[in-house]
Amino acid sequence: MTGTYAHAAGFYSGDRPRIVTSRFEHADSYSLERYLATGGYQGLRKALARPATDVHDEVKKATVLGRGGAGFPAGTKWGLTPEGVFPRYLVVNGDESEPGTYKDRLLMERDPHQLIEGCVIACYAAGLSQCFLYIRGEMAHAQERVAAALNEAYAAGYVGKNILGSKFSVDVVLHWGAGAYVVGEETALIESLEGNRGMPRLKPPFFPAAIGLYGKPTIVNNVETLSNLPWILTNGAEAYTAIGTATSPGTRMVAVSGHVKRPGVYEIINGTTTFRDLIYGDDFCQGIRNGNELKAFVPGGGSAPWFTPDQLDIPFEGPQAGAAGSMLGSGAIMVMDHTTDIPAAALTLTRFYAHESCGKCTPCREGGTWLERILRRVVDGKGTDADLQQLIEVGTSICPGDFPHASSTRLGLAAVPFPYKMTTICFVGPSAYTPVHSALTLFPEEFEARVTKRTHIPVTAVGVGE
Amino acid sequence: MSTTESHDEATAVDPNAVNITINGRSVSAVKGEMIIAAADRTADFIPRFCYHPRMKPVGMCRQCLVEVEGPRGPMMVVSCMTPVADGQVVRTDTDQVKQAQEGVLELLLANHPLDCPVCDKGGECPLQDQAFSHGPGESRYVEEKRHYEKPIPISDLVFLDRERCILCDRCTRFANEVAGDPLISFTHRGNNTQVLTFPDEPFASYFSGNTVQICPVGALTAQPYRFKARPWDLEERESTCTTCSVGCRIAVQSSRDELVRYQGVDSDPVNWGWLCDRGRFNFQSVSSDDRVTTPHVRDGQTLVETTWVDALSRAAQLISSASGKVALLGGARGTNEDAWAWAQLADLAKFKMRDAQMGDGLPARVFSYPQATIDAACSAPTIILLAPDLKEELPVLYLRVRDAVEKGRSRIVEITSHDSGLTKYAWKSVHHEPGHQLDAVRATLADTDIAAQLAKGPVVVIAGRSSLAESEANIMAALDTIVGSVAHVSVLPALRRGNVRGALSVGLAPTDGNDATHILKSAVTGDIECLVLLGSDPLSDHPDADLVRRAFASVRNIIAVDMFMNQSVQSASVVLPAAAFGEKNGTTTNLEGRVTNVAQKVTPRGTSRPDWMIAIELAHALGRDIPLTRVEEVQAHMMTSIPQMQTENVAVALRRNGIVVPTVASAASSAAVTPVGTRNSYEFRLVSGRKLYDKATGTTASRSLVNLADSAAVYVHPQDLERIGKSDGASVRVSSSSGAIALPVHASSAVVRGTAFVPFNLAGADVRELIRHDQAVTDVRIEGI
Amino acid sequence: MSRLNDANVALAKEIIARYPRPKSALIPLLHLSQEQNGYITNDAMAHLAELVGVTSAEVYGTASFYEMFKFEPVGKYVINICGTLSCALMGSEELLHRAEHKLGVKAGGTTPDGLITLEHAECQAACTEAPCLQVNYRYRFRVTPADVDSLIHDLRAGKLSDEIPAHGTLAKVRQHIPADRGVGAVAPEAATTAPAWFDGKAAL
Repeated sequence: MTGTYAHAAGFYSGDRPRIVTSRFEHADSYSLERYLATGGYQGLRKALARPATDVHDEVKKATVLGRGGAGFPAGTKWGLTPEGVFPRYLVVNGDESEPGTYKDRLLMERDPHQLIEGCVIACYAAGLSQCFLYIRGEMAHAQERVAAALNEAYAAGYVGKNILGSKFSVDVVLHWGAGAYVVGEETALIESLEGNRGMPRLKPPFFPAAIGLYGKPTIVNNVETLSNLPWILTNGAEAYTAIGTATSPGTRMVAVSGHVKRPGVYEIINGTTTFRDLIYGDDFCQGIRNGNELKAFVPGGGSAPWFTPDQLDIPFEGPQAGAAGSMLGSGAIMVMDHTTDIPAAALTLTRFYAHESCGKCTPCREGGTWLERILRRVVDGKGTDADLQQLIEVGTSICPGDFPHASSTRLGLAAVPFPYKMTTICFVGPSAYTPVHSALTLFPEEFEARVTKRTHIPVTAVGVGE
Repeated sequence: MSTTESHDEATAVDPNAVNITINGRSVSAVKGEMIIAAADRTADFIPRFCYHPRMKPVGMCRQCLVEVEGPRGPMMVVSCMTPVADGQVVRTDTDQVKQAQEGVLELLLANHPLDCPVCDKGGECPLQDQAFSHGPGESRYVEEKRHYEKPIPISDLVFLDRERCILCDRCTRFANEVAGDPLISFTHRGNNTQVLTFPDEPFASYFSGNTVQICPVGALTAQPYRFKARPWDLEERESTCTTCSVGCRIAVQSSRDELVRYQGVDSDPVNWGWLCDRGRFNFQSVSSDDRVTTPHVRDGQTLVETTWVDALSRAAQLISSASGKVALLGGARGTNEDAWAWAQLADLAKFKMRDAQMGDGLPARVFSYPQATIDAACSAPTIILLAPDLKEELPVLYLRVRDAVEKGRSRIVEITSHDSGLTKYAWKSVHHEPGHQLDAVRATLADTDIAAQLAKGPVVVIAGRSSLAESEANIMAALDTIVGSVAHVSVLPALRRGNVRGALSVGLAPTDGNDATHILKSAVTGDIECLVLLGSDPLSDHPDADLVRRAFASVRNIIAVDMFMNQSVQSASVVLPAAAFGEKNGTTTNLEGRVTNVAQKVTPRGTSRPDWMIAIELAHALGRDIPLTRVEEVQAHMMTSIPQMQTENVAVALRRNGIVVPTVASAASSAAVTPVGTRNSYEFRLVSGRKLYDKATGTTASRSLVNLADSAAVYVHPQDLERIGKSDGASVRVSSSSGAIALPVHASSAVVRGTAFVPFNLAGADVRELIRHDQAVTDVRIEGI
Repeated sequence: MSRLNDANVALAKEIIARYPRPKSALIPLLHLSQEQNGYITNDAMAHLAELVGVTSAEVYGTASFYEMFKFEPVGKYVINICGTLSCALMGSEELLHRAEHKLGVKAGGTTPDGLITLEHAECQAACTEAPCLQVNYRYRFRVTPADVDSLIHDLRAGKLSDEIPAHGTLAKVRQHIPADRGVGAVAPEAATTAPAWFDGKAAL
């Protein structure tokens, strides 16, 4: 029980290429000295020796998929800013708070210069006037490390005026939040950075690339996404695409937590590593704790529909996870063994999203809390079968139509592919329903065993005159 | 809408026109328009709560979900934020849409209390209505609802019940986006989100009543209307507010023959549905117990009640015995018909002089410049402000101008002696000492940046009497210079009283320069023996208090037509009780010359009657006949006798947006500008302007508004306060060559150094004691007491 | 005395100057204010409103949205015990009960001596180190009930005051942009052309 990472070895065990975690083995991985000694700021130097459009093309060629959850290629995203409209801003999304996820925090704490170099390269390539590095409020240590690194980088001429003595100048401003999950959503992040309540804006029209910070074109990139850039500029896009698959090149960081023997954050090869590799592989989590059986796992952060052992052999790649009824999101797997109380597990996630609703959209604000209250009643053994039906009904008001879920041989269910329809602006509302739906669909018996059967509840009369 | 406009619509091909289908029927729409707006022109009503056509959409209530055909099948979108596109296929009637809308409505009702029977909104509540039309028909929410302290006052006029609030962001958006007073905000988060003010900082906005009107539930209620009536007991007529000269369209509502509420009506060229709180809530004055409801005549020191016959014959006698030395002051608070009938009477009875203004406006020749409408001003690249504080005097014009700036259509160049509500929106603010307008204008026009801005297209000057402590000649000289040297310039007169433009247009403009000040001077010299006050109170309103006192002391008789026993009326020999706004029909003319109707909704109090009727009866008592008995006849005669008001326009004027009628005005130049001397550096140059809430009878007789007015004080720049060595709030003596008053002093950075600002017509010391009509500016000393 | 003190006003001005619009500095300034006073007072919000040029209601609207801002005094140490899935799977509920028992307050409460506030928190981004908690946003990983006991003991004994600053102080290191190295923020309306260096040619 200390501030260090007992299982640090988990980050880099095995013989795999490392792109963003290559310095994690060094105790002083965060220092400028170590960074420079390990090839740091070489990518930037190479970039500045080329015209900006060249650098942009190189990143496009590398097809760096956004690591925040949506998986949109960064180079393409930069190209969406309207021609000739300035100023343009870079906003770095370091507001990592998706349950199960914590790779960005490590990148900020352990290799802040890599991130800063990535920011500066992105600003150069896309003609961005200023960079705001938004770190989650609760991550005091990450804020300290990034602040110290920025101070070093400014002093050494890697950020600020005339970077590396060139004509290129850009500021990187450290910004920090104050505790609101929804601010991880890019339009909410922009609202928050403007000093407002972090409530998402509707896309369209508020696609940040066109109408972002202060209404100006804005690129919002995830910390891990940007941390790839120094390597790409140093080694070239070809070296990058040689790793992983054609549609998902490079590596990505995945946090595996819950009932596994060796939970940890692993840098894996994109596209080919399967969930079985991750949960059972020797280089990774080495199986379920105490030799228990796997019951279910959340494959892509708390918002993702759940998988069961049936889906273990699916590779960690977006389209395949989507077809199987879920998504990869931010790169986080939460594993539940056979001792898990499924309704109670679902409740922790539903409570999270209900609590984190910004309050803007009616279905999320009202529906999330309603779901939580019904589910709480069921978990406490005070629910009825009408409550189970009501969970579905409330969920349907948030996500009308068929809701995605995994297949189940045990129950004879076919998969419904991702995504869902939604009556809300962002994914917080649907995410309150997702664990309820997954748990109810894949483990109906655990709910039925907990509720009292009633034939009919005259619902219209209840509540009147309260 | 005129016939020419519909002709244009039929023939011109609009490059922005698109066609969409809604539920299989073709609908024409304009690029940039949202689906919900297009659907509002069809029979397919899309339910909504957060959407309001006059505010930016936020898409947060999620009630207006519809399906739009997309490349991957139908997509569910919010129709308030999805723009139309040519060929778009919209469905509002599918099972999925119905399910989504019912689902959202059920969720909105989840925490909404079932207190409709005791809620002001019940019966006119969008939530109630749409729960019936688009709701699930039952609630399955059995959990405990959210609880908050039941209604809390968020200002003197508005109460907030957070339990009823559905968090649609209409009030908060209005406060921020429309009014520019973000004093209410969403606070907290998620299911605990609520609307609140900052602790102990009320929602003190001049426009707060609008939030009550646009609240889609009964969360916001107006103190003057709470529990007054139920919607099904209300009767209403559309009318025009005449509190100031903007002429906002309103619905006048009554219950049991008593006015209970005004609601803003959306008139596109004028008020967009908004009202200021003074205009909205001063209906209370109509049913005030202080109304004069019977005629009075003087019996020695007191005024005693009498009959109309007696009062009219006494009045006729006084007019006859004055042998033509009669002058009429006022008429700007009534209808066009009132003013016209009194002008007829003045002609018939050969009144010597007349003026609808009180020496506190600009001369009628301001209408001889090219005239601008509100719309023209708010679409002009440049607005020059040479005017009083629009936020205080013409609040809804302030909203329109602010909108023009915020939306990037216009830039303001403000030439002023005192910061105004629009100063923070101004592109350039040029400050000058009173009397130096002309220098300021010349310097402004010579500035290359400003010259380039003025060359961008039409320039509209909003011109009015920016300070009552100086001569109007200062403003007119500056205005002449602007109009004479700027291309594509037009003027929007920022006039004071509701129908001053109408009254001046239909026959109550002074002739031969014999304006109110001249009338009062003539009274002092004995050239006027009888003063007729037509809804006017010179003792309170004319800037030179001493002049009015002397005039009142010299004049033999005063005949007053009024609703209240104001200070001036108390000096009258005959008092004829007048019907109030809401008690009579007619037309009014706003500051841009737009003629619209005003409507009678309730019976006149007591035996009071409309001014026009009193004029006709008085003419009769004078042995002169104005052969008209109904207001429609008066109106028809008025419109025929004024070439600009063609008879066929009557019908148009009675519709919502009315019609702009050109005003004929002589271009005779007014008095020459008196050269203004240099201010002695120990003195301050006085500026006096009006506040929205002052001692005006409409405000003081409305119990909800009367306490909103400040009391008199003098404001100086913080550094000047330091210079005179006084602390904020200290009592000081302010003296000019004509008088002295004692009042507290405050520091204000809105005041230009070297000047002193004293608001006009507030309770306490009267600034008019310092002002002389024959001095171009007023210099004062400020000393400790 | 809850307006920012002179030193913090200077710091606030430095922070504001980094942003193209002053209101952007609001959250960092609220943190600064909380660092000074331990929580956010009405006077502080009114002062920040002046500094960034908005109304107090707008400051309150923003501040109350975010979990970390406290509007009532809290303990010198705020313990946040995570209760989201990964921590729940690894037994965080027991930690919370243990802490409640040990401190004699329920989650959300502060010990009578004003030393410790206990909170139930949502995911703190340390899921592989579950169950975890934070004390004034400083992590403790793989916490056992016995760890909770010793943590509370150490806090009470003042043993951790070097490692963990009083509630309100977040990062102990601040960003400082040297005047000669910073580019400076420009209002978005005043920078509508491409940056000079963005000219199609290599920068070096």
